[in-house]
Amino acid sequence: MPECFILWFFVKYYEKNRYFLYCYARDILGSGVCNSNYRHRLTICISISVYKMILRPQVNDVKNIGYYLGRIILGIGLAMFLPFITGLVLFREPNPALDFLISANITIFIGLALSWLCKTDKELNTGQAMVVIALSWLAVMALSAIPLLLSGHYKSFLDACFETMSGFTTTGLTLVQDLDHLSQSHNLWRHLGPFLGGQGIAIIAISFLVKGASGTFNLYLGEGRDEKLVPNVINTARFIWVISIVYLILGAIVLGLVGISIGLKPQSAFFHGACIFMAGFDTAGFSPQSPNILYYHSLIYEIVIIFFMVIGSFNFNLHYQIWKGNFKEIWKNIETRTFLFVIMIVTLVVMAGLRQLGVYSDGITLFRKGFFQIISGQTTTGYMTIYAQQFLKEWGDLALTGIILSMALGGCACSTAGGIKMLRVGIIYKAFRQDIKAMMLSPSAVVVQKFHHIKTMFIEDAQVRAVLIVTLGYLFLYALGTLVGVWLGYPFLEALFESTSAAGNVGLSCGITDTSMPAILKVTYIIEMWAGRLELMSVFALFGFFVAFVKGK
Amino acid sequence: MKSFLLLLVLCLVLTVSSSNCYAQTPTSLELINNAKQYDGKTVDYRGEVIGEVMVRGDYAWLHVNDGIIAIGIWALKTMVQDIRYAGNYQKKGDIIEVSGTLHRSCLEHGGDLDIHALEIKKITPGSLAIQPVSKIKAYLGAYSVILVLLFYALKKFLQGS
Repeated sequence: MPECFILWFFVKYYEKNRYFLYCYARDILGSGVCNSNYRHRLTICISISVYKMILRPQVNDVKNIGYYLGRIILGIGLAMFLPFITGLVLFREPNPALDFLISANITIFIGLALSWLCKTDKELNTGQAMVVIALSWLAVMALSAIPLLLSGHYKSFLDACFETMSGFTTTGLTLVQDLDHLSQSHNLWRHLGPFLGGQGIAIIAISFLVKGASGTFNLYLGEGRDEKLVPNVINTARFIWVISIVYLILGAIVLGLVGISIGLKPQSAFFHGACIFMAGFDTAGFSPQSPNILYYHSLIYEIVIIFFMVIGSFNFNLHYQIWKGNFKEIWKNIETRTFLFVIMIVTLVVMAGLRQLGVYSDGITLFRKGFFQIISGQTTTGYMTIYAQQFLKEWGDLALTGIILSMALGGCACSTAGGIKMLRVGIIYKAFRQDIKAMMLSPSAVVVQKFHHIKTMFIEDAQVRAVLIVTLGYLFLYALGTLVGVWLGYPFLEALFESTSAAGNVGLSCGITDTSMPAILKVTYIIEMWAGRLELMSVFALFGFFVAFVKGK
Repeated sequence: MKSFLLLLVLCLVLTVSSSNCYAQTPTSLELINNAKQYDGKTVDYRGEVIGEVMVRGDYAWLHVNDGIIAIGIWALKTMVQDIRYAGNYQKKGDIIEVSGTLHRSCLEHGGDLDIHALEIKKITPGSLAIQPVSKIKAYLGAYSVILVLLFYALKKFLQGS
């Protein structure tokens, strides 16, 4: 037994040879020569050692990740058959349809190969799920870019990747060339991306392709969602699809009818309706025509889009409550309250800025142009009823700052919106109020702060800490893109605007995003869109995974 | 003498080319970037009709893209009757030249930047842009289907055995 004691002593205090001692201790424990007392001590020491030591991922970890990654890729490959079939049958566009057939088969082949080579029955743990999610978004970006590249409307593969990352993350920044001559099949794919990515590509896998309770929940968490609508995560995923598809049908019909009333041909009106709904409800901001929403020149069309953008940026949990008939939740919920409050503040700032410069001569025009852009920024959609150049040339610094603020704060948690999110903003505000109250009252007073989000909860320090970490992460992302932009010679405010738009998954542009922008900026924005959509945690997990591969033992 | 003639020709070329530049219509980017200067003035703008012509009562909206950005044109329905092709994937749109008043923030149309057409001239008629089926893509498509089916069959066979 002295051997065990010495070993325990060394494991605890002799840092340099921790790995050797860890292995030795593990062997002794396995041999069963220790009594229970030392056994307990050694277990603690091993835990300390493992905690302080990075372990290299094993083959089983990689297989597990590969299997689930393969399933998600398979799902995207199958989704490509939709533009293939519609292109062939409905739109009569054989060449674009072939682009999708080729891309779908490549994607399905890779998906099948991965899930076959890495076949496993084990469920994903949290870390592995995070890595799967982070990798799957990169894989989906690259594979979904193939049909776009084959269309000939993208200058390079990087531009096509930029487009798909922008679409799937519901950002809406675009690098397409000659959009007005792009085929309907490719346009459908551009708009289907936000619809699939907005709900979450893991949601596709969870709904149809992956089995197992804890593994699927970890995948669900990995995409920046932590709220289950119903107890079972698979049913939650399916419910999200039900909500989205019902809204899609209604939205396409409403926008189609409005489209006919403003002079679009019926087939075109419903195609535009479906595309605009998918990119509006999923807060992406893509449009089938280059002038974006300015193409329609219609107040009614804009009002309908505003409605869809707003409901798209609401928490899916709130949608579920409304479906259950709990309409009071809309007003009671901290997110909707914060959303309204922030919109009011931003509206004041933007209107003051536009008024100061006399950009719009009458109040109605001022409100119509200003409010649409604010809602578009706040819901992180990115639809525009002005030209990108007008932001810089006409709107002025104050109005731009207001829009940047709305983009940075973003929509609601557990929705398709990006940005810091209203739930976090609300919690930070409540925590701030709690601290001020505590300072003003006597030291012995216990100050509690409540907030309502589906149910009434007390604010806890751990929760505030988690909220602040993610908020800080977003601020870091906004700063990163701004720094790169400024380094490349763009003015500060423009660089900040575009960076916030990319990292907040918004899609409003002041003109920087263009095929001619430097490749390094394109890559930076891709990283920002990716990290912003996954709320950083999965990206950190992926980096941790690679570090463990290199440095682990 | 030769050098004098050369100089004369050069001067003529420069004069003709500069007068051509002067006659060129402004680009969409110039119009948008300098909208305050052009606001309320008559401009000539040339480009391809894209999307579709949206008729609204006695008027119609059409969009003209000069290869950079598309600008909305508000015109009398009678002015757009000659337009046969609006550009999309399957059509090359008519190239037209619009003479009209630019509005930086049109009060009639909710603050949109647009041009109210006074005259529309068709410069080049559009056409159908039917593209033949690409043989390379067709072969690639067929091979990729065979590849996936073979792989799937192999997987099932190995799993069965």
